[in-house]
Amino acid sequence: MPGKVITITSGKGGVGKTTVTANLGMALAQHGQRVAVVDADIGLRNLDVVMGLENRIVYDLVDVVEGVCRLRQALIRDRRVNELYLLPAAQTRDKTAVSPADMIQVCEQLRREFDYALIDSPAGIEQGFQNAVAGADEVIIVTTPEVSAVRDADRIIGLIEAQEKGPGSLIINRLKPDMVRRGDMLSTEDVVEILAIKLLGIIPEDEAIVISTNRGTPIVLDGRSPAAQALDNIARRIMGEDIPMYQPAREEGFFSRLARMVRGGD
Amino acid sequence: MSAIAKLFKRKQPTSSQVAKERLQLVLIHDRVKLSPDVLERIKDDLVTTISKYLDIDREGLQITLTQNKRLIVDMPLRERSARKRSG
Repeated sequence: MPGKVITITSGKGGVGKTTVTANLGMALAQHGQRVAVVDADIGLRNLDVVMGLENRIVYDLVDVVEGVCRLRQALIRDRRVNELYLLPAAQTRDKTAVSPADMIQVCEQLRREFDYALIDSPAGIEQGFQNAVAGADEVIIVTTPEVSAVRDADRIIGLIEAQEKGPGSLIINRLKPDMVRRGDMLSTEDVVEILAIKLLGIIPEDEAIVISTNRGTPIVLDGRSPAAQALDNIARRIMGEDIPMYQPAREEGFFSRLARMVRGGD
Repeated sequence: MSAIAKLFKRKQPTSSQVAKERLQLVLIHDRVKLSPDVLERIKDDLVTTISKYLDIDREGLQITLTQNKRLIVDMPLRERSARKRSG
């Protein structure tokens, strides 16, 4: 059975696409899947450092496209799990070095060799994004509960639907349950209602992410932290498992509120 | 603020409610690609056309786009023409 190519995109930068790609790739590999993660952000490569594989790059995506090397030669094996490979972006070139047709061809090869290929899209809606979605079977949109990120996600959803890649599914990243409870952050329900697409997962804000990125160790590798659990759940949903949605912002019950008042703190 | 004053104070919307409303409005414009500038031109054209038949109040004219993509035009008539119509 050919594998599935899934592009992770957002419109807005800085919402966590690369972290999500690295961790979903790692989590899928932990569950025994053969996985390739592809950095499509040519000129601004980052998936390599987030994964801690930056010192092992020899060839990159542009080399593959230009026939300098074969796909296999450019793939960097992640030794921490069984079947996880990184196809890095070129750092010294720009997005015009690759065309959507090139990407479709690369995705075709990846589909033959892997169960999942996850493509980390650059921010924006220009050629880099067009390249990243060209060969995709499915698209995952990452957003945060902020007006700017949700607005950009809506724009991306429109573009994906226009290309008949849609409707895509949604990951809400960096949710702060306390702020949602206070009415100071858009809730999961708000975002899903506004964007009207299928929710794939909710990742709570978690300091452990910063630490894992500092170390180049994707958080799902060492972790029972809330974000690691949320990411693992998303990976399992991608594999078709029916995992109930994490509900970080569920209304606090009367008794727990009472207990909190008695304890006299938050 | 005293407890009583608080009781009578109208409840302010939370910042997330404000965010949601602002988003919904801006997305309507994004989705149908209707810029404020185009909206103004639509207003002008409407006024030109309707004015041939009725005396309308240009200042009171309001056009809104609802969430389910309905364009609603609220066009008040001037007193004089309203009376003319009934008579």
